[in-house]
Amino acid sequence: MRVVLAEDLFLLRDGLVRMLSAFGFEIAAAVDSGPGLTRALAELEPDVAVVDVRLPPTHTDEGLQCALAARKARPGLPVLVLSQHVEQLYARELLADGTGGIGYLLKDRVFDAEQFIDAVRRVAAGGTAMDPQVIQQLLSRRAADDRPLAGLTPRELEVLELMAQGRSNAGIAAQLVVTERAIAKHTSNIFTKLGLEVSDDDNRRVLAVLAYLDRDR
Amino acid sequence: MNTDTKSHDVRSRARRVLLAGVQGLVLALVVLPCGVAFLVLTLVSLALIPLGIGLVTTPAILTGVRALADARRRLAAEWCGIRIPAVYRPHHEGAKPWTRTFTLLRDPQVRRDLRWLPVDFTAGFVTALLPAVLVFCPIEGFLLAAGLWRAFVPATGDAYWYLFVPVSGQGTAFLAALLGAVLLVVASRLAPRTVKAHFELTRAVLGGDAELAERVRVLTETRRDAVDTSAAELRRIERDLHDGAQARLVAMGMDLGTIESLVEHDPAQAKRLLAQARRNSAEALEELRDLVRGIHPPVLAERGLGDAVRALALRLPLPAEVSVELPGRADAPVESAAYFAVSEVLTNAVKHSGADRIWADVHHSDGRLRITVTDNGKGGAAIGAGSGLAGVERRLGTFDGVLAVSSPAGGPTLVTMEIPCALS
Repeated sequence: MRVVLAEDLFLLRDGLVRMLSAFGFEIAAAVDSGPGLTRALAELEPDVAVVDVRLPPTHTDEGLQCALAARKARPGLPVLVLSQHVEQLYARELLADGTGGIGYLLKDRVFDAEQFIDAVRRVAAGGTAMDPQVIQQLLSRRAADDRPLAGLTPRELEVLELMAQGRSNAGIAAQLVVTERAIAKHTSNIFTKLGLEVSDDDNRRVLAVLAYLDRDR
Repeated sequence: MNTDTKSHDVRSRARRVLLAGVQGLVLALVVLPCGVAFLVLTLVSLALIPLGIGLVTTPAILTGVRALADARRRLAAEWCGIRIPAVYRPHHEGAKPWTRTFTLLRDPQVRRDLRWLPVDFTAGFVTALLPAVLVFCPIEGFLLAAGLWRAFVPATGDAYWYLFVPVSGQGTAFLAALLGAVLLVVASRLAPRTVKAHFELTRAVLGGDAELAERVRVLTETRRDAVDTSAAELRRIERDLHDGAQARLVAMGMDLGTIESLVEHDPAQAKRLLAQARRNSAEALEELRDLVRGIHPPVLAERGLGDAVRALALRLPLPAEVSVELPGRADAPVESAAYFAVSEVLTNAVKHSGADRIWADVHHSDGRLRITVTDNGKGGAAIGAGSGLAGVERRLGTFDGVLAVSSPAGGPTLVTMEIPCALS
């Protein structure tokens, strides 16, 4: 799988290159600025892009803007955005086009190499990987002022959280150390309680959950 | 309709002119006696200072002068909307007579007050009397023509002088009325203006450079606040780093050292320590992130005030609607002050208002950044000592910004913030 990497800090870029190569990714390009990223995405057509939000020359949200622009030019281009901090605002912008293939994670998530690589693979396959922090913010907000969510059991809330991060039933089962059947039961309960249609597609699941959480805003 | 408005206009104009006459009369009657009295008293009192008596009387008399000047300031504001700033230096009631007298005499505002007295009962008196004369003379002229002349002219051949018209019979009395009518036309144009001129004169003498002095006072105060705040902020950051991230990194280093020596003969224990080291590093990052958010929030740096407020609203536990109309970005310090002010106000609303909805509006017009935060809570918020809003006011004050709170009991609460600034 070919990856384009954009990160301006040398140490982190180097580390990411090593980690991705170790897990069998091919690094098509590792760039350190917004214009470099835009060029690489247009010319190299990678399978997935791993992008830092803050990039030179502006050192603001250049990386995010480049990623959004590239996805406009090539809908569904898988992009995993990394950031020193995560904001719902950015998560919404990334998910807005509804085509999937989006990830938005804190930089610290690379500490757990396997989970991080799993997220990259998920995004490359057209799924989603939302940072637990974003999801938690959403859920705690909803829990405070919404009845249907208050009707979920703690276990179902846990499952909903993992589902909103973009994990499949198998992934959730592995994380919670239960059988996939049990998760399937939880998810169908959740969908009923939240009034969402059942769907197999990972990405659609996340979008459905997020759309529900986002309702009436 | 048209004639209605016209007659209404005439009536309101007549009322204004008459009012100016009365105001002038009141001023003239008060101005001369009080002005003269206080000037004489002050001079006598100053002359008595060498005898010691003056030391006791002078402060009292100067207080009287100040009351007189304050009364005039009030009238200027109420009658003509002319604001005359006053900046008296603070003085201690309990100070010794000598110190009190000389602190007062050294106060530039007190000196301006004293200088104002002679001006007031000369030029001030004329400008106050003129509108009264202009308004009341015509009335006398009309009364003469109506028959009052008989009371003033006891025998034929005598004349009563109405200005320059010798009134000796009904004919000349009509002439007096005609003169009165002319005077009335002049009065309708001049009387209100003369009253205004009187207060302008008062401002010129009493105000002096007080406005500038007031500005200096405000700037000194806000600068002190700004320095205090930033010093406190630095202390907080230092403490947070010292007790938080720094300590965690030290603990991590120790763990790694132990792991180094354990890894060969106790791999299980080493693995446990490794997990702990990783937890410590994650927590150190978390703390650093919070710290950065407290110094300069990343979204603010990346996107500016509008999106930063949007992001803030998304993190609130209740629904908040944000509307932003900013054609550019303000200077970073202004943005930062505005952001933290909004943040504080939103937090207050969530904590204390009991609201279930919040609206925030951010826009820029007429060179001012204007932010309003409204909630549908129970109201009762006030800017006072100890309230978070006082802190917000100080924060905005550094940039000449102002804070206004409207929060009747029962709600809703409306907080408005304004900072003069340019966008780029």
